[in-house]
Amino acid sequence: MPPPLEDGAKIAVEGLAFGYGSEPIQNNLSFTVATGSIFAIMGGSGCGKSTLLKVLIGLLRPLAGTVHVRGEDYWSVSADRREQIGRRCGVLFQSGALWSSMSIADNVALPLRMFTALTEPEIDRLVQLKLDLVGLTAPGDMMPSDLSGGMRKRVGLARAMALDPDILFLDEPSAGLDPIGARRLDDLILALRDGFGSTVVMVSHELPSLFAICDGGIFLDADTHTAIAIGAPRDLRDRCDDPTVHAFMNREIPKSDSAVDDGGQK
Amino acid sequence: MDPSTADVPSPTTVEPAWECRDDGPSRLVVLSGDWIARLHAVPSDAFETILNGPGLSSVALQADKIGAWDSGLLTFVAGLRRGADQHGLTLDESGLPPSARRLLALLPRDALPAAPARPSRSIRAVLGTQALTVWAEGGAVATMLGETILRGGAALRGQARMRRTDLLVALQDAGASALSIVIVVNLLMGGILAFVGAVQLRRFGADIYVADLVGIAVVREIAALITAVVMSGRTGGAYAAQIATMLGNEEIDALRTIGVPLHDYLILPRILALTLMMPLLYLYGSVAGIFGGFLVAVAMLNLTPATFLAHLQTSVTGSQVLFGLSKSIAFGGVIAIIGCRIGLSAGRSASDVGRAATRAVVAGIVAIIALDAVCAVCANALRF
Ligand SMILES: Nc1ncnc2c1ncn2[C@@H]1O[C@H](COP(=O)(O)OP(=O)(O)OP(=O)(O)O)[C@@H](O)[C@H]1O
Ligand SMILES: [Mg+2]
Repeated sequence: MPPPLEDGAKIAVEGLAFGYGSEPIQNNLSFTVATGSIFAIMGGSGCGKSTLLKVLIGLLRPLAGTVHVRGEDYWSVSADRREQIGRRCGVLFQSGALWSSMSIADNVALPLRMFTALTEPEIDRLVQLKLDLVGLTAPGDMMPSDLSGGMRKRVGLARAMALDPDILFLDEPSAGLDPIGARRLDDLILALRDGFGSTVVMVSHELPSLFAICDGGIFLDADTHTAIAIGAPRDLRDRCDDPTVHAFMNREIPKSDSAVDDGGQK
Repeated sequence: MDPSTADVPSPTTVEPAWECRDDGPSRLVVLSGDWIARLHAVPSDAFETILNGPGLSSVALQADKIGAWDSGLLTFVAGLRRGADQHGLTLDESGLPPSARRLLALLPRDALPAAPARPSRSIRAVLGTQALTVWAEGGAVATMLGETILRGGAALRGQARMRRTDLLVALQDAGASALSIVIVVNLLMGGILAFVGAVQLRRFGADIYVADLVGIAVVREIAALITAVVMSGRTGGAYAAQIATMLGNEEIDALRTIGVPLHDYLILPRILALTLMMPLLYLYGSVAGIFGGFLVAVAMLNLTPATFLAHLQTSVTGSQVLFGLSKSIAFGGVIAIIGCRIGLSAGRSASDVGRAATRAVVAGIVAIIALDAVCAVCANALRF
């Protein structure tokens, strides 16, 4: 049966609801991520962005709705197939989630050792390339516990890129990076998209990079428990008249909140 | 199957290939095929063949005919860059796809300095460092013991800066939750003791003394020791793991920075809980052990309950109970201090947490048995 996809859509989400118990955190989400696009998941803290990523990468079964990845209904195919699809996805977790008992080079090398037939010298070369690409300047034999927060993020990104995945899921990749590092990261994401044709789904609060690189996005809201805007961040900034989205995109305090604040001070 | 989900070379991809075209001192390398890292490895002799040639001074790459590519192409170019630097050649990358050049531009131009080799250390230095570590560790344990004694009194008067709920949770965990396993283990030990003892005693027709054997052994040694071993595995290891995990999450650093006295807040409730609960567990354990012996004696050795109880009454004296009781208090303190100390000195990774838990259990059991041996020697010297 031909999957219900828009042309070229890599990920298509329809009527999705998810949560940790039976109470959904977000309801009725529908959006598509086109092949080769950079898609932003936005919203206030705690609105369920990381949880949405968990659903998309197969860690959390949705309460309702469907997720199609490259035309296959992700949650109704067999677990083996899901794993196979997952192997072509790279994931950077919000906390980095490095394997603490392995050196950083081994962290990046593990997926290569598990899922390719490459020899050790080839793997070493690929690992060094990935670490260089993310701009890590630490020797590969350091342990994750000896790294700074930003360095851990970079190693996590290098690990996510290890198998040159088709889809990269990044949870706040620029948190903990300095401005130059964040800018380099934008360049890297764009170059990966253009060079490897990767599709990128990222959670980010970093407005300049959202405006500069993302060409699609969804804005989740914690109060209404659903998406309140869909579109590229720069379009949302210029055109969306929802007060929450407007405030987020312009780094303001929403009108209703500031009125309450003023009232409280008088 | 979709070729992009398969991780084996599929018929639709072509092996990477290159062709050298020499023009005097400059060489044009024409790349073709698919440069997919996870599917096709680049032959390792490629760099040598490409970069070596009589009178060669520059190498240019051309990728008009290249198929699909990913990191495979990038590692290849990165390797060529390194080789070209060594051979003093110039490498012209302008023939590569623009997006590949953008990715390559992110690579550092000069190789990182190699990590300094760790200086090898002489055996004297190794031994000396180890000795100093042991000495410092001894000091830390002594400090902890001293602080516990100083602050323990304050805590009992309600003046220590610990949370009441922490103490209650620790008491519950080291007390009521551990009771069932302590009773089961001691019951079985008492039964085994009666059985083994009776087989030997029967040879002399002295079956009747099995009550004395079980009573004295359980009350003086077995109950305190077995209970302590169980608690070391159950609670000492858990203390070490809890504290090591907090250390890894920087929770301990956070407590330090706001000035919470670590000892009062973190360690005292655990030590108090275990020292207060161990004697109670010991008493329950003794009763269970004697009851186990009683069951075996009555059911299998045909002793009457009355004879068993009468012998028990004359053999087990109050001072022996007191001896076991004081040992169990000491054991509780030792287990808790070892668990907390090993937790606090653990590393910060997940495997360090596991290692700390194991070390706490092993060190706890060894310390208990050693302490028990010292007690036995002292009791003997005092004719107790
Ligand atoms: N493991 C969990 N079990 C139960 N509830 C959870 C769990 N993880 C998160 N939550 C809840 O789900 C909600 C969404 O959490 P999530 O981590 O997705 O937020 P987020 O949008 O990623 O926030 P942030 O921007 O701070 O990372 C929160 O209210 C949180 O309390
Ligand atoms: Mg999050």
